[in-house]
This record gives sequence, structure tokens and C-alpha cells, in this order.
Amino acid sequence: MGTKSAALATAILATLSLTTAQAAEPKHGGILHIYHRETPPSLSIHEEATFSVNVPAMGIFNNLIMYDQHKPQTSIANIVPELATSWAWDKSNTALTFKLRSDVKWHDGVPFTAKDVKCTFDLLQGKAQDKFRKNPRKDWYAFVSDVSVNGDTEATFHLKRPQPSLLAMLASGYTPIYPCHVPAAQMRTHPIGTGPFKFVEMKQNESIKLVKNPDYWKKGLPYLDGIEYTIIKNRATAVLAFVAGKVDMTFPTEMTAALVKDIKSQDKTAICEIKPINVSTNLIVNLESPPFNNPDLRKAMMLSLDRKAFIDIILQGQGDQGGSLLPPPEGVWGMPPDMLKTIAGYGDVKKDRDEARAIMTKLGYSPDKPLKIKVSTRNLATYRDPAAVLIDQLKSIYIDADLDPVESSQWFAKVARKDYQVGLNLTGNGIDDPDQAFYENYSCGSERNYTHYCNKELEKLFDQQSAETDLTKRKQLVWEIDKKIQEDGARPILFHARTGTCWKPYVKNMTIENNSAYNGYRFEDLWLDK
Amino acid sequence: MGSYLIRRFFLMLLTLFGISVLIFTMLRIVPGNIADIVFDAAGMIDVAEKVKLEKELGLDKPIPLQYVQWVDGLAHGDLGYSYVSEKPALDEILPRIPITAKLAGLALLFSIVFGVPLGVISAVRQNSKLDYVLRVISLSGLSMPAFWLGLLILMAFVKYFGTIPIYTDAPGGFWAALGLYSIPAAAVGFRSSALVMRLTRSSMLEVLRQDYIRTARAKGASDQNVNYHHALRNAVLPVVTVIGIEAAFLMGGLIVTETVFNIPGVARFLVEAIRWRDYPIVQNLVMFIAVVAVSINFLVDLLYAVLDPRIKYS
Repeated sequence: MGTKSAALATAILATLSLTTAQAAEPKHGGILHIYHRETPPSLSIHEEATFSVNVPAMGIFNNLIMYDQHKPQTSIANIVPELATSWAWDKSNTALTFKLRSDVKWHDGVPFTAKDVKCTFDLLQGKAQDKFRKNPRKDWYAFVSDVSVNGDTEATFHLKRPQPSLLAMLASGYTPIYPCHVPAAQMRTHPIGTGPFKFVEMKQNESIKLVKNPDYWKKGLPYLDGIEYTIIKNRATAVLAFVAGKVDMTFPTEMTAALVKDIKSQDKTAICEIKPINVSTNLIVNLESPPFNNPDLRKAMMLSLDRKAFIDIILQGQGDQGGSLLPPPEGVWGMPPDMLKTIAGYGDVKKDRDEARAIMTKLGYSPDKPLKIKVSTRNLATYRDPAAVLIDQLKSIYIDADLDPVESSQWFAKVARKDYQVGLNLTGNGIDDPDQAFYENYSCGSERNYTHYCNKELEKLFDQQSAETDLTKRKQLVWEIDKKIQEDGARPILFHARTGTCWKPYVKNMTIENNSAYNGYRFEDLWLDK
Repeated sequence: MGSYLIRRFFLMLLTLFGISVLIFTMLRIVPGNIADIVFDAAGMIDVAEKVKLEKELGLDKPIPLQYVQWVDGLAHGDLGYSYVSEKPALDEILPRIPITAKLAGLALLFSIVFGVPLGVISAVRQNSKLDYVLRVISLSGLSMPAFWLGLLILMAFVKYFGTIPIYTDAPGGFWAALGLYSIPAAAVGFRSSALVMRLTRSSMLEVLRQDYIRTARAKGASDQNVNYHHALRNAVLPVVTVIGIEAAFLMGGLIVTETVFNIPGVARFLVEAIRWRDYPIVQNLVMFIAVVAVSINFLVDLLYAVLDPRIKYS
């Protein structure tokens, strides 16, 4: 009997494991339905700076190299080849050569060659005859002097000086390779790529449709027949559409903690993940506008901040305190917590506020004679809500602030002409990398350096870390720089938000990245188990 | 009548001209243009590239010249190109009109079918229990925000039927399409029917107190004859005016319903185009809505004469 039972159990187990193995075998076919939060401004990834474009458009393209789509943490260690089969630095670390695939065709049948790589980077650097309407990431390639080709299957990036981060930028969802033979204007409305999905159509306020590329060079992929993005601007409707099964997945990283809870209560089978997205909410102070040109006043403002309160009130606890780089463990480069605590404003709130009040008293302010200011921000809930909390916190140090909601289209124009005293802004980092964060947001003269903070000495350290090839040494330098940036109050970081994504259990192979919202949407090996 | 029609036609043209100037000027007064928005989306301002884009789109030209070019284009059937999609504005606008027209038509039908008879019943049975119930319903219809009602309907569908009646471009047959449009139309029509019902009731109550109604009753006319033949025909004039206004409003004012039910109609498209300062879309779409509104107004005026032969146009 015992032997029979054991045999039966073994048979059942064997059948079960066989069934599981069969279920885990990817299936071809089906359309993945995702809701999209808005009509993207265009589908030309190079010309835009929002992942509203990356999410639907990444599947149309390929990069030379890309972040492994199933490793949640994007980092140089997790880069895999794509259109390039291999890459190598020269001895001086100033030339990066890519060997390219020879079996790739654009969606219109034209073969992909090294010339397309050169064309893409000539466009990005403004060297091509054809021009982008706007070129938000041209600074990423400031240290690339030229791209040369050797035949159809080799391209070399020549650098002005070593820059290990170039690989991180090339692997980003923001760096697809564009075809030479398609004008930049057409890429905005009808993009042609080499990727797993072909563009079909985009209807404003309605949908974006992609269909499987049957000639995709990765044999057997994609598994899906297509992807349809239904544009649903109203988030309540979008959540209901997901619960009702009209869409298989929510727009990536778009759900707040409260909405994730709501979804889970209505659909217990839904798989939801809440993760950091590498978008920080920060304070911008007009350094040239009195009295904010006084470093003591800025220090008092920093000391008044209760970051935990921001995270608890705005994000129901789903956020992190950190510097300009995303904090660990998800972030690769963020300062360790012990180091963070040593910076003014990151320690004991009560003690810090006492110190801040003492500074303000010394500067002549008191409860009866507060400093009256305006806190400007974009007139959107994600900006207004933290601004309201900020105003409340500033009251504790005799700063009486009014909210100045700015019409969204006027926000950057207002900031660029320095027509503000104190502002609240959101900064999204395309990749988790110090070069991108430091040069873009804190270098003298950068268009995105909204406060015009300029520290030439620190800029030398930017270059030093950028050229450093030893990872451990580079990390130490990066922490030192980030600490200094926070101490100088260049753009005090209030918090790093975490947001949620949900999908139905039959959507397989989905990986949401831990430290980026811009790089994980190739979707070539997603499949539907139904 | 003929000279009246000619006069009204020229008045319509004058009104449309006024609207065209107004919308064109207002759009330019609103801070920011497409170039600002395009660069705002990129999180940076590159002044040289912005100037180049403004030049490319003709926004650097003097405003009066831009106006003349637009009107000239309109006269030749050239509505220009959408700044956002870079497609012809006509191709962007045309497919959305039938969507909103179907929704508005059904909503209007809903408001007439329910509003007028219930308004008459409420007036005829003034101060009865039924009147109180109908008045409460009509008040709820007027005071219930459209987005709230819309969301309640969607939530109820998800909860009880496990589906959601939001727009799809392939609904699967006539009845499925009718179902998809009927639900948002009912949400809109509830408010409109409440308005029509209240107006019908008050208008009927006024007419029912007139001497000629008493005379009709004294002559032995039946209640039904008095209410529907003598009273309603005279009471319906202000109701027709309101229905006309509602019809014009529904062609461009369904932003909340279109958003909640995710319908890619005219109103949502217009609001989005305004957000992007997509002048060719906004200008032409507002002109289209204005033409519809002015035309409906004209038709309502003509309908007065049909309903009340005492009205003479000269």
C-alpha cells in the first residue's frame, strides 16, 4: 500500500511538474492591451523627454546595447548586446568600437548598417543636414567628438576624454538607432525601426497600435501579435477598465499606492509592484533674488524640511529620502543612509528646526514679522500637493508663503527667466547615472540647471568622476559630489517617489525596473498565457 | 418670410465672422504657444530651436496676416495642419464629429422623450405625490455632477456585469454600438431631461391658468385634448428654445462625459488642442461648433412659426 501511495504521489508530482513546465513555455499570439495616460507629443523618442513616448515607442526600435529587460536594476553591469554583437574600449578609453549585426532590416525592408548608427549620432549632435525639432539630450553626447564607420558592420565612437557612462546612455530606452533614409519629421508621426513591433497608427486621444514584426532579427520573437495602447486620460476610468479586464496592464509606474490598494481590493488576482521611478521632487530657489542670495537663509529653509512628513502625506509612505541620485538599495549611485544623515536637514527635524529658527531670528524674522514669499509650481496635482506641504513646513521657521500655481505651459519659461523666488519641481532621471544627473541638472550653463547653481570647483569633480574607470573610486567621488550639492542647497531634494504598476496574471515575463521609468519597455518576450 | 431668411443668413455670417475674430484673438492672448508646450514637454527651453519652430509654423508672422491666411484657407477648404499630429486638420476633426453627433443626438432624444412627457404630467398633477417625486428626480438631475454620475455608472457596470461601457472603435455590430453610446447619452441626457422637464412643467402651469384653457374645458374638451392639444402646443415654445440651446451645447460641451467614458469626441479633442495651443485644430473646431450653434438657433426660430402660426416674420 505504502509503495502504491508513493508511486501515485510520484505520478501526480510528475504530472504537476510537467503541467507547470508546459505552462511556463511561452505561447505565441494575442494582443497585449495597455492603457496609456495621454496622447504622446510624438513617437520620436530622441525628440521627447517623457516616458509617455518611451513606453509605446521602445518596442519599435533597437539600441546598439540595452539594459537587460529582466534585471530590475539598470546598471552598466546589466547591459546586453542588441544591434551590436560586441563592444570594446581602446587602451586610452577614448574610442569605443561596436561590431554590428549584419542580419537586421528596417521595418520598410532596407538593411541596417553602420551608417545608420553614424546618422543617429550626427542628428543628436546637430551635425546632420536633417534636424530634430528639439533635441533634449544632446548634452549626453557632449564628450563624443565623432562617430566613424568601418564598412557596414563596425562603428566607433571617438571621445574627447574617457567616459565610462557612455555605455549607460547608449543602453537607455532614450537611445534607439534611427534609420538614415527616413526624415526626422516622419519619425515623429510614422516611425520606422528595427524593433520587434511595427508602428501601425496613432490616433490622438484614442489609441496607438503596434503589430508584430514578422521579420524580426531575433528569431522566434516577439511572442505577441501586437500591442494596443488605449489612451484613457481619466485615471478612475483607467483603473475600472483594468479591473473589468478591458486592458491587461496599467500604464507603467502610473498608479499611486492608494490606487494599487484599490485595484487589489477589486481584483485579487492582479499582480502589482510598487517601485522607485528615479523621479525626485525638489525645491528650486532663485539664488540671485534677495533675500535668497543669502546662504544662511537657504540653510534655514533646508533645515525646516521634514522629508518623512512629505513621504507620509503625499505618498502614503511609498517614497525614499535621498540626494540627487536615487538612494540604495534600488539606486546604484545614491549616498548611503549614514552619509545622508550628516547633511543639514536630513537629521532630527526638531533640532534642525530650532537651528533654523535661530538663523531666521538672526536675520530679523520672527512670528510677528515673517518673511513673505511665493512658492511657484506647475498647476498640476503632483506639483501642487507637495508645494502645499512645503508651505506648511516653511511656516515653522517664520516664512509665510503663498502658493503661486503656474499654468503648465508657462512653467519652464518662467523658471528660465528666473521669474520666481522659490519653486517646487519634479526631476526625472532617464538613467541611474551620475553623468546624466550632474551635468544635466547642476553644471554651469545647462538648460536644465534651473537654479543656475554654478560651482566651478565641483564641476572639476564632475569631470573627474565621469572619467574614472574604477567603479569603487568613482562611487566615492559621486557621493562626495552629491553631498556637496545637497549642502549647498543647489536644489534640495524633498523625496524620491515610488509608484505602482499592475498587470493581469496571464501577462508573463513582465519586469518593472527598480531605478528607472524610461528603459524597460521593449516587450519583445512578453507573452500571454490565455 | 424670404427677406427675413436673407437677413437672418447675413446675420449668421456676421456672427460667425465675429466668432472667428474672437477665437483667433483669444487664442493669441492666452499665454504660451505650441513652441512653449513642445519645449515644456522636453523640460527645457532652447531659445534658438524655439524661434526656429515658431518660424516653421508661421507663428512669427503678424497676427492680422495669420488671421487673413486662416480665413483664406477656410474659404478654400484648407484648414491647415495640426501642430501636434502634423496631419491635415480636416483629417483630425472629421472622424470625431460623427462620434459626438451620435452621443449628442441620443442624449437629446433622451431628454425630449423623458423631459417633455414627465414635465406635462408633473404640471397636470401639480402638488400630487407623483409631482413631488418627479420634482425631486429633476432636481437631482440638475444638481448631480456629470463626472460623478458617469463614474457611478461605470463602477456599477464593473461591479454587477464585470465589464465597462467605454468607447471602442470596433464595438461589434449596431446593437453593441447603440449600447455603448446609450449609456453615456443617458448620463448626459439625465441632466438635460431634468432641465426640459422643469421648464415644461413651469411653462405648462402658466398656460394651464390661461382663459382659453378654461374656455376649452367649459366647452367640454377632454383633459387629454386640453393638456396636449391646447396647453402643450403653447407651452412648448420656451422648451423648444432650451432644447435648441442644449443641442448646440451638446456638440461641444461634453468634455466631462467624453473624458469619463473615454469617448474620442469633439469636446475632449478641443480641450486637448487648447492645452497644446494647436491653433489650426482649435480655430476650426470652434468655428464648426459655432456654425452648428448658429444653424440650430436659426432652425429653432423657424420652428416657432410652425408651432405658433400667430408668429409672423417680416
